[in-house]
Amino acid sequence: MVEQAEIRVVHQGGSNITFREPAISSDSRFLLCASGHNVKVFSTVTEECVQELRGHADLVTGVLLRPSNHLQAYSCSADGTVRLWDFTDGILIKTYVIGYPICSIYASASHDGVIFIATPTKGYKTLDSLQLLAVHLPQTAGQLVETSDLSAVLSDVSANPATVAFGRAGEYVASTNGVQLQIFFFKKQKSFRFSLKENSCSGRSNTFTCVACHPTDDCIATGHEDGKIRLWRNFDQKREYTYRTLHWHHSTVRALCFTPEGSNLLSGGVESVLVQWRYQQESQQDFLPRLGAAITHIAVSPDGALFCTSHSDNKIVLIQSCVKVSSIIQGLVKGEAVQTDLMVDPRSKALVLNGKPGHLQFYSLQRDRLLFNLDVVQQEFIHQEGLDQFQVVMATLDGAGAWLATVEERKQETAEAELNLKLWAFDEPSQSFVLNTTVSTPHEVRITAVTFDPAARGQTSLLVSCGRDGLFKAWRLAVPAHPDDGGPSWTCDFVSAYHGLTPQRCCFSADGSLLAVGFQEVVTVWSPASWELLLTLSQPPGIIRDLCFGRLSCSKFLLGTTSSNQLCCWNLLTCSLEWSTSMEVSLLLADPLSDNMAAFCHQDGNTDLFVFKPSEPRPLFSQKAVCSGRVSRAVFAPREVALESCEESSQWLNRSQLYFLTPLMDLLTFSTRAEEERLMTASKQLVVDDSVAMTPFQLLLGKRRPHHQAAVEDPAVRPPADRPVPPGGSAAVRELLQSPAHVLPAAAALCSVFMEALLGVATETRSEPELITMENETSAGETPSDDQEMETRATRPERGLLETDSADPVLSRAQVRELRRVRKLDHSWFSSLLDS
Amino acid sequence: MIQMGEFKVHRVRFFDYMPSAIRSMAFNSHTERLAVARADGAVEIFNFADNYFQEKVIAGRDGRSIEALCWVGRRLFSAGLEGEITEYDLENLRPRYSIEAYGGPIWTISSNSQGTLLAAGCEDGTVKMFEVLEDRIQFQTNLSRQKGRIISLSWHPSGAQIAAGMMDMIKIFDSETGQATHRLLVDRGVGTSKSREVVVWSVAFLNDHTIISGDSAGKVQIWDGLTGTLIRTHLVTKWDVLVLAVSQDESSVIAGTSEGTVVQFQFLPSTVGQQDKLWVQTRTFKNHSHDVRALVHTDTAVVSGGMDTQLVVRPLLDKVEKNTQESALHKIAFPHRNLVSCAKKAGLLLFQFPDHLELWRLGESDRNGTPGESLPVKRKPEKLIQLKIKGEDHICCSALSPCGSWLAYATVAAVRLYRLQLSSSNVSIQKVSKLPRELKSVHQLCFSSDSCRLFASSSFSSVVVVALDQTDCKYLHTLKHKSGSKQPIHILSPSEDGQWLATANTDCEIHVFNLRKMKLHCSVPAYSSCPTAVSIHPTSGNLVSVHADQQIFEFSLKQKEYSVWSRQLQRQGLHPLWLQRDTPVTQITFNPNNPAHIMLHDVFMFCIIDQSLPLPEAKSKLYNQRILQSLPEPQRLRESHAFKACKNFQHLLSVNLLEDLSLVVVERPLVDIVCQLPAPVRQKLFAT
Repeated sequence: MVEQAEIRVVHQGGSNITFREPAISSDSRFLLCASGHNVKVFSTVTEECVQELRGHADLVTGVLLRPSNHLQAYSCSADGTVRLWDFTDGILIKTYVIGYPICSIYASASHDGVIFIATPTKGYKTLDSLQLLAVHLPQTAGQLVETSDLSAVLSDVSANPATVAFGRAGEYVASTNGVQLQIFFFKKQKSFRFSLKENSCSGRSNTFTCVACHPTDDCIATGHEDGKIRLWRNFDQKREYTYRTLHWHHSTVRALCFTPEGSNLLSGGVESVLVQWRYQQESQQDFLPRLGAAITHIAVSPDGALFCTSHSDNKIVLIQSCVKVSSIIQGLVKGEAVQTDLMVDPRSKALVLNGKPGHLQFYSLQRDRLLFNLDVVQQEFIHQEGLDQFQVVMATLDGAGAWLATVEERKQETAEAELNLKLWAFDEPSQSFVLNTTVSTPHEVRITAVTFDPAARGQTSLLVSCGRDGLFKAWRLAVPAHPDDGGPSWTCDFVSAYHGLTPQRCCFSADGSLLAVGFQEVVTVWSPASWELLLTLSQPPGIIRDLCFGRLSCSKFLLGTTSSNQLCCWNLLTCSLEWSTSMEVSLLLADPLSDNMAAFCHQDGNTDLFVFKPSEPRPLFSQKAVCSGRVSRAVFAPREVALESCEESSQWLNRSQLYFLTPLMDLLTFSTRAEEERLMTASKQLVVDDSVAMTPFQLLLGKRRPHHQAAVEDPAVRPPADRPVPPGGSAAVRELLQSPAHVLPAAAALCSVFMEALLGVATETRSEPELITMENETSAGETPSDDQEMETRATRPERGLLETDSADPVLSRAQVRELRRVRKLDHSWFSSLLDS
Repeated sequence: MIQMGEFKVHRVRFFDYMPSAIRSMAFNSHTERLAVARADGAVEIFNFADNYFQEKVIAGRDGRSIEALCWVGRRLFSAGLEGEITEYDLENLRPRYSIEAYGGPIWTISSNSQGTLLAAGCEDGTVKMFEVLEDRIQFQTNLSRQKGRIISLSWHPSGAQIAAGMMDMIKIFDSETGQATHRLLVDRGVGTSKSREVVVWSVAFLNDHTIISGDSAGKVQIWDGLTGTLIRTHLVTKWDVLVLAVSQDESSVIAGTSEGTVVQFQFLPSTVGQQDKLWVQTRTFKNHSHDVRALVHTDTAVVSGGMDTQLVVRPLLDKVEKNTQESALHKIAFPHRNLVSCAKKAGLLLFQFPDHLELWRLGESDRNGTPGESLPVKRKPEKLIQLKIKGEDHICCSALSPCGSWLAYATVAAVRLYRLQLSSSNVSIQKVSKLPRELKSVHQLCFSSDSCRLFASSSFSSVVVVALDQTDCKYLHTLKHKSGSKQPIHILSPSEDGQWLATANTDCEIHVFNLRKMKLHCSVPAYSSCPTAVSIHPTSGNLVSVHADQQIFEFSLKQKEYSVWSRQLQRQGLHPLWLQRDTPVTQITFNPNNPAHIMLHDVFMFCIIDQSLPLPEAKSKLYNQRILQSLPEPQRLRESHAFKACKNFQHLLSVNLLEDLSLVVVERPLVDIVCQLPAPVRQKLFAT
């Protein structure tokens, strides 16, 4: 495993769950999918994530049920390991170290002890040239296993994992790359290659995109870029091979899958329709339309009852027998680009950003679930190339989460852009945002920035918007003149311009007393209370890109970045430039809960991160090459529970966590080692030796068992003596409760015994001899099963006492009866006598 | 008119040639001949062993509609809705005899594999058995009569059973007793077509007693003929499955549909290496826009034809070597013979249609222009005569004399000769009433260059020579050769000086007769491929022949041997691109101004072979005229080679050089033919 740095960039929350084909457990209860560096196990019924299998140090690139044991699963990762998990309990069973980054994993039931992995060919670093290797997994004990028995099966494998499939009973493997289909027969050690022409007659590409093999017949289905599906047969002949072409999809076939009996073929593509072809009757098809987004993977449960489709909007849909969508597991929706800033909803602590087209999504990072989608545009989205649609380009929330402002825009090549500013009020009863005001064309040209006054609460909220038309406008909630006009709505309160320059950025100070607006090279500071221009700041040439007020102890500072790669810090008290440094900052961000600021710097194609305090010369934390490309979206999300890290470099992560989006739309965050260790230990605690999933119910009821068992197995590590013995531990009570009702004596006869047992426990320390008698007596007239009980009891603290007494002769039945009679006598008189 | 380099070109597009739809086909795998029956009753024979050359055409007849063709050995039978079975005389290109079946219209005929019996399915529900005798067929028996018509028939290869496709059912007969042994009920279509009877358009009876049927509900069904049970149904189309064809080894079946597609089914093992096989739908070929009415499954190709009149040979790529002549798709849309005669001196064109002739006068232009420029027409082309034939038989050949004063045509029954008198204002046509008795059973007609002789090819490869003068015509001589070939002559080519007459027949023989001595001069050494065009050079007296395999020979008549140029051409070999062309050269003409030039054309190009230039190397570019034009003079000379091809004109039916050295190019664009076809069945197109 890689040596862990103190602070690591990790995929956490919002990872892509549709990166690889999911696996459905053989009982159809669980769904396993690769999600960032982890594997998530979802319940197919409740859609909840029931397990998270942690351990890989890099992106997980494949999940697969172990063919020989349906309770175990393999996962492979780019960190060069294959791990075997007990996925119901989340236990890592074995780690096989391969040593090369793994792109995908395959297995077949007839190849016992062998898995197949696709890795980059030696000498190639990139994913251009892959090879398929057979890995013989050594049967050695121990968790960490080095594998050395690798043998190449196929070279020239495509990086797309859907282009490799194992055929009937694992006799052959089919792989496609480009316009070539390659089939390798394991028994004969012979491979066949079939090529298509680059383009079909109609000029569309014949490139293979996916492949599937029929489970019982020798039939290979391949999907193509032009939407065709070919069913290949007779492929053990060099020339007499043949295929049938099916054509329904109008665009690339992304996924193909045969049902386990082989009676149906499922296919999917950008049309977001699941097509079911009857095998051998392919002219008959069934369709499941309107699945919402392009299908990227299809998986079928081993009993064939449950289908599962992964979609390009990070969603997994579970379908029952191709007719009914039974559940939807939705991850963080990622489009081509996020246009809005990342925000955190103060109420739900959810991450707010663009979701589906025309929607804002609220994504809970803590629970890693999509909370809801807010339909902003409120227009039907039509999937068609070249069609311009309204897009949510900006959104902002006020400090309390009571108001949401969104800007939507429709770009048209010919006409001017259409703009709408919408203001949404949080509605307590319905717990969602309700449209309050729509301002059409708030600015003549595009809006560059929108921001709420963070300090203002409720009715006095203030919104500032800047536009390319050179104006910035302030909007205030106003009560209408006539009560008939409905509730309060937003109206324009103030319009201003500065020397005809275009405002690019605006920013409120933390207390809302100052508003900074960047007019190209000039920063102006206004008082929102009186709307007077307080001061202007300018610095060496360069257009202002970002503006940010310092927080808390640094609130006297205003920071800005310019297009001439300057990071400047002005002191508002002295109205002068405090310091400036030359760095190409692509994003400047203030932590709302501390005085820290984060700057993402773009340098040499990579992005570096600096966390600093405006008042201090040295950065608190810096990390080079956080990710490749330019980071333009990031957010500080407050933690629910603050960390107590004492290490200096990770203190800035104590109160809030920094999330950022890479250009490839991966949501990454920084995690400290302490945090990771905590998570790892948490997951290890779940190592319980039963096959029941950890459910809240089980936790509630089964809470006691582990302690009890620990006591049984190893008397040396008994619970500390000061721990009170639970009342249920008494053998008499347990006997009473556990024996079947029909073998028990009458309730009247038992009552006194039961009561005395309770009494005995209570008076345990006070009247020791009495207790002993009682215990002897209860165990005297009982069922043989009690022997076990006795042994358990023997380990109890009373053991010593018991032993001393056991030397006494065993009492006869008559004596016992006599004793019991004596005890039943009322001795209260005796005590009253003593008292008196 | 267009100016093209040194020539003025008459670009003729007013020949409304319309081929007729293909109705039925039969393939004789022994002789590799394909017989094609067209909707106008014509039967064409293609030689698949010789580059799909159309060897013979038997002209049709009004009212004859052929529904089925059948080879019995080398004999060809047809049957049609007029209720007769006809055998053809393939040497004289005419029906030999017709026998009335007395069962109403005949939908199908089929012979057993032994070639002893011919079964005919009739409208009245009878299957009539005819015994094939030496010189004719004899009615033998009726199988037990059924209700409803018999649409399709297929013999079991053993000849003991015969399957008949009918309305709503398939019946299996025992051919010995004539009794029906099984009745297979065919499902009707779903929806509105539920109430319509389903027509079993085609059945195929395989050796393992599997019966495959194609019906009007769009299904291809596979039945077990022993138990009479349905094994599998493949829904192939929304419309009709019109025809089925089985490969020789019975591992593949193809079905033609109304949508113009051909669907292939293959008998494949479901798992590799296992014996249990099943019929699986595999490939779909779409080469037709209209109904596929006729299908043949040869060993290497799917041959299909239908309403869109084209014959398509689609090679099965798993059966042929890749990138060879065999693996190319062939579409045969135009006949491999001339339907246009040109009067070189008078500037007249004669167009031959099945039932009429059209005589046109070419337009004129008095201007010269730059190459590629279209010239203004001073006088428009005009149609002078439309000559409708009398009788039911269609025209099989026609000719126009070079001076434009004689016109002749022949049908199966008779030859007619007309004398034309054209002045600028009026046209008169006069039939020559008395023709010599020797002019009968004519396959090809031709006038000598001085227009005073008429040559007519007759039976036994003989040529009848008739002298013409102002008023009447006189039989002169019958030219015969001694090779013993009975095949018809398909090319007659007299020399310009009137000394020679070259003939070519479908036995690949070329004979040259001396017309002065009226005897055989010599025979050109036989070549394996059939000549498609033969011509004698006007000055050097060399005979140039082009064959179906695209080879070119030049034979010196004086030395009676191949010329030096021809030997050099054979030594060096023709350019591969030249050999890959898939239409034969149908005409050779010479330029009197430049004796080194040979002009020839096929459907897609027009080529001048300059014998004075070096032959093209195999790796040089064959079609280089465009490139040459852009090169500077010295380099152009270096790059140029003997084959100067011009592809400006497409779908050429004829190219002639007039006496005033203007070219007449007769084009018939394929789109014009396609747009005259009836509308195809409606098909849902994506995004419409």
